[in-house]
Amino acid sequence: MGAQAQQFGQTRGAGACCGKGCQTLKEGIWHNNPISIQVLGVCSALAVTNSLENALVMSGALLFVITMSNLIVSLLRNATPRRIRMIAEVAIIATFVIVFDLFLKAYYPEMSKRLGPYVGLIITNCIVMGRAEAFALQNPPLLSIVDGIANGIGYAMVLGIIGFLREFVGTGKVELVNKLFRSQLDLSQWYMPNQLIILAPGAFIALGFLIALFNWIKPPETQEGKM
Amino acid sequence: MNETHALLIVVAAIFTNNILLSNFLGMCSFLACSRQIDTAIGLGAAVVFVMVCTTTLNYFIYYGILVKDAALCSMDLTPLTFIVFIAVIAAFVQFVEMFIERFSQKLYYALGVFLPLITVNCAILGAALFMVIRKYSFLQTVGFGFGAGIGWALAIILIAGLRRKMHYSNVPTPFRGVAISMIVTGIMAMTFLGLSGMVSIQ
Repeated sequence: MGAQAQQFGQTRGAGACCGKGCQTLKEGIWHNNPISIQVLGVCSALAVTNSLENALVMSGALLFVITMSNLIVSLLRNATPRRIRMIAEVAIIATFVIVFDLFLKAYYPEMSKRLGPYVGLIITNCIVMGRAEAFALQNPPLLSIVDGIANGIGYAMVLGIIGFLREFVGTGKVELVNKLFRSQLDLSQWYMPNQLIILAPGAFIALGFLIALFNWIKPPETQEGKM
Repeated sequence: MNETHALLIVVAAIFTNNILLSNFLGMCSFLACSRQIDTAIGLGAAVVFVMVCTTTLNYFIYYGILVKDAALCSMDLTPLTFIVFIAVIAAFVQFVEMFIERFSQKLYYALGVFLPLITVNCAILGAALFMVIRKYSFLQTVGFGFGAGIGWALAIILIAGLRRKMHYSNVPTPFRGVAISMIVTGIMAMTFLGLSGMVSIQ
């Protein structure tokens, strides 16, 4: 990616030491993280994080949809009339969501049932729409892919943290970790799991604290007067 | 087919299965528009109206056209569900906006400004998808659309009131803004959870 990044840096006349691609990557993952900083697409972040596995599958779905839709929107950016760009974006996003949904139904029907309507709801997920509108419409295809991946990873990071914490506190074990490492870690013998964190209120409170933690590590610049 | 009475579904969708507090749908506009009570009421009313109409409309389209061996088209078009639903919602919202702009200026200023926001409100699409997943009948669909809309409106109005009060509290700096709203919403979800023994819909 370094070579591409360099190339973009030069062609766009903004060759900072890190290059445009790398900068975009950092923006999406940390400085402008879609969930913790921009607070977009929170619905799914709350709904599917009751276990780590759900959270990661959902993140994969979003990563796929946002990368592909950014690519297509960016390729078509000069051919799309301004007035109908929203509808075009929604149609592109919906297409990829359908692709992923069918894929999930075919290969992983159990997960498809567990995620319920939330895969379909990626269509109205503000992150995907927001990146298409704010980034892919103005930038060349390769850079848009990088931006899609960066935001997808940023989203996955937050979802992974919340999913891990909620499953761990709520059940005393993390299925996916046990499955991957063939371990039998299960604290529920001596630890009374706090079921509340699995239920809806736990999601809100966990995300609230996580956002506060991120704010504490890196104080936001434009939060003045917001309440 | 599930057998719950339509009126029960209305009550359940407002209190026990609140679309915002237990299904997390419509968070984006919820966080953006819950600073003022007036705005919250306007947006809530618009959501109730659009939700009832679009879930009903989508019900007819889904069972009339999309499913296999439906009345109008015998092909199985269910893979297109998402794209059809979102198109119906967008078209309906656009239509209503033009309609009320032409016929009632007053209503347009009260409600119309919120309409474009609603197309991308995931609660609307979510309600339509729940209707499909839970296999509701026609009456149940109308009941669910209405109840879910009222439930969403109720939640956003309550939060708007709480956020107004929060202006006077001394919130620790990292929690200011979204973080504290999330936690307050969580506590509100907890109180709604207290009602969950009453009725339940799945």
